Amino acid sequence: MGPQHPSTHGVLQVKLKLDGERVIDAECVIGYLHRGVEKLGEAQTYGQWVPTLDRMDYIAAVSNCLGYCETIEKLLGIQAPPRAQYIRVVMTELNRITSHLLWLGTHALDIGAMTVFLYAFREREEILKIFENYCGARLTTHMFRIGGTQYEIYEGFQDQVRAFVKDFPKKVDEYETLLTENRIWISRTRGVGVISAKDAIDLGLTGPALRGSGVEWDIRKAKPYAVYPDFEFDIPVGETGDTYDRYMVRIQEMRQSARIVAQAIEKIPDGPIMAKLSKIIKPPVGDIYHSIEAPKGELGYYIVSDGSTQPYRARVRPPSFVNLQALKKMVAGHMVADVVAIIGTLDIVLGEIDR
Amino acid sequence: MVDAIKERFGAEFVKAYSFIGQNQIEVKKDRIVEIMMFLRDNTIVPCDYLVDETAVHWPKDEQFEIVYILYSHLKNEHVRMKTRIKEWEPIESVVSVWTTADWLEREVYDMFGVQYANHPNLKRILLPEDWVGFPLRKDYNIRLQDVEWVRKHLGIDSGQKYYVGEARHEDPNYLTPQDERRGS
Repeated sequence: MGPQHPSTHGVLQVKLKLDGERVIDAECVIGYLHRGVEKLGEAQTYGQWVPTLDRMDYIAAVSNCLGYCETIEKLLGIQAPPRAQYIRVVMTELNRITSHLLWLGTHALDIGAMTVFLYAFREREEILKIFENYCGARLTTHMFRIGGTQYEIYEGFQDQVRAFVKDFPKKVDEYETLLTENRIWISRTRGVGVISAKDAIDLGLTGPALRGSGVEWDIRKAKPYAVYPDFEFDIPVGETGDTYDRYMVRIQEMRQSARIVAQAIEKIPDGPIMAKLSKIIKPPVGDIYHSIEAPKGELGYYIVSDGSTQPYRARVRPPSFVNLQALKKMVAGHMVADVVAIIGTLDIVLGEIDR
Repeated sequence: MVDAIKERFGAEFVKAYSFIGQNQIEVKKDRIVEIMMFLRDNTIVPCDYLVDETAVHWPKDEQFEIVYILYSHLKNEHVRMKTRIKEWEPIESVVSVWTTADWLEREVYDMFGVQYANHPNLKRILLPEDWVGFPLRKDYNIRLQDVEWVRKHLGIDSGQKYYVGEARHEDPNYLTPQDERRGS
């Protein structure tokens, strides 16, 4: 199943061993999009590397930025001011909705439901307009800086976000009307790609894929970062670990994200948006690991610093890379058409896998 | 838990310390699979999830530092294990302990050239199969490419002047592109 394929979500090659129509074994060949992001991290300064990171998970670029900025802030021992942190949470949760909408659209499209794709992208447009008004870019946003945010929120930001959040739950209801009780959807996704909780932890799955298997673990609750403790939200959990449960988890996550945004947008305090930092960032010698809950899973950064202006080793722990290992276990015994559904449900983005 | 490790694996234990609130333990590389199994199965902090496995190259000491970041769902705690190996020394793979290590170790092999013993499928994962050279090492210049591979597979002349193997410290007349532009 070659790298040029409409349903593999990027340049992914899957070598399938088939017995008629049943899959016996699968092997993923990746690396078609390898750009050497980690090597660039060693050649560029801490601030210069941030735009490169947006290009990794290009669908949800804001989370990449947030993870890295928080890691360096932790290493430097500073905290972004409260106003910046609230703006960061609003943008990151909108970004999560964006990513899940794209996932929903493409996953449904792969399985055959074409209407959902158009509906999801209609909502996504609204959010991308907000991103464009805020920082000038829709996709690769480079929204945050080390120490806070660069841009002040624009006039009309709160009204625009409030209007979006007010409408959004009704739109999610629309998607659910189309899919959740749909007989074709259920027969295509129930029992497909089942993975047990124990296997999921052993394989290192994180994010909605893990929560679909019944493990209630979300970094926003387990190891809170930014100002997440200030908000009330639930963590949706599935039961059986099949594709349908992961679909329900992501739909509920969209609702919860809208809930967080609705709370956050009312609470933005006044104050500065950037912490006091020297222009040249020279962190202390040592290493640090920090992870956040990206829409795809646990996105972690491991930075080794030797005291100079450039990282000595900048490592990104990509959630999709580790999640894709589970494909081998999940497709055994299914048919070729199910492989497409399973790749979709893992929610991979090749930019992150290959870096 | 550090005491439990010291008690069972006293010969391999090197040091344990904490930096910015993150706990790290360094051990020697012998019996690494046993140490990892102990970390996974012990009752004090059972690390059931291998978050990340990566390497750092220290050319001055001629060493690689292999870093394992572990997490325990039960105790909600991260543990970082480190071990050092000399260049070209093989290390045991921990695939038998956590299946996650499969691709993570392949990537470390791909980028650094670290040989893993007992790995089921140690091939290059991100770079093409017949690429020569290990990019993330410190002696691999950032502009370096495997010129032979480019010529063979893409049919073009790569345009990069420096071939794999010609590293800065080997060539006293090495000129970076900036030097050339400045005309020195």
